[in-house]
Amino acid sequence: MTDARAAAAAVVDPEIRVITIDELGILRAVDEEPGTGRVVVTITPTYTGCPAMDVIREDIRRALAAAGHPDAEVRTVYHPAWSTDWISDSGRAKLEAAGIAPPAPRGDDTVVPLTLAVRCPRCGSPETTQISRFGSTACKALWRCRSCSEPFDHLKAL
Amino acid sequence: MSRFDFTLAVGDDALIAAQRLGEWTSRAPEMEEDIALANIALDQLGAARLLLTYAGELEGAGRDEDDLAYLRDDREFRNCLLVELPNGDFGVTMAKLFFLAAYQVPLYSALAGCADERLAAVGAKARKESAYHLDHAALWVKRLGDGTEESHRRMQDAVDQVWPYVHELFAPDPAAPVDPSTLRADFDATVSAVLDEATLTRPETGWAPGGGRDGLHTEHLSYLLAEMQVLHRAHPGASW
Repeated sequence: MTDARAAAAAVVDPEIRVITIDELGILRAVDEEPGTGRVVVTITPTYTGCPAMDVIREDIRRALAAAGHPDAEVRTVYHPAWSTDWISDSGRAKLEAAGIAPPAPRGDDTVVPLTLAVRCPRCGSPETTQISRFGSTACKALWRCRSCSEPFDHLKAL
Repeated sequence: MSRFDFTLAVGDDALIAAQRLGEWTSRAPEMEEDIALANIALDQLGAARLLLTYAGELEGAGRDEDDLAYLRDDREFRNCLLVELPNGDFGVTMAKLFFLAAYQVPLYSALAGCADERLAAVGAKARKESAYHLDHAALWVKRLGDGTEESHRRMQDAVDQVWPYVHELFAPDPAAPVDPSTLRADFDATVSAVLDEATLTRPETGWAPGGGRDGLHTEHLSYLLAEMQVLHRAHPGASW
């Protein structure tokens, strides 16, 4: 039997398969009830309408069952609201390595995010422009590098 | 409005806005905008699902989000008229989205600080998304308003056409978790700043149609609901 927390934490995001739900900051808690062995996993969505949530819930249950925890419940909470500030340093590095520019730190969430210079994940140039404020998933925008001409995804600061 | 009626009204605004925005999918003027409108629709749908689920719990009659979305008739919907109006041209769609977002940002911000924990959680989450919608719609209003002679004319026409429907959003209701009339100053400040920059004129306040919160809708809602609900009603409980 593997540690329930480790099993849940290793589940990858179904839309950005290089990063785990733990690194993305959507895994909030893994609690094991003493005695019964029942596991309660708490997650929070990146966006309210994120269509990946059902898959994530299933993947967590499957990972826990494979790790010897068949009695598992996945709860979804909305408070406190997910922020890109919760993405771990290792998560940011993985995003960048996969060609997705990680979000700038947001700080106080009561203000509308500023658009800071986004560095090209391929060549590192800060000479980039936004092509579209929305991208292939709810959490991304589409950018292009003016130095190497490559288009790339950017995780929107939220 | 009771907490149930209020939650239903805010949820219905988001649901109907999502359905209207979804109509643009594959029809927007450019691919990036197609993706943008679909993403905004998805955010609205996400908020609608949370709010309708909670409304069903508050009602205590065993109705879930699907029952409320698919099995109510037009007279039972509590959305504002603004969101059910047809999309019109791209200018009208942007005017509608701009006014809706300029209302939803202060609404969700106020909800984030209200005493009801569930509504506060939805508010804290949705206000971030709405701020992004507001930013997006404001960019288009400015670009079209301060663009060519033709784009200016059509954006001004759109603002004039949609403006009467904003007043309903701020009808005073001291009993609601957030009194909508307290959001008006914030809304007016946002609208004035953007319209000024867009070289557009804010219409004089005059005709102010309402009734959405009481279930009295324009004929457009029935057609929208027919399309939205037909599959669920034809195949109750189906899954795929």
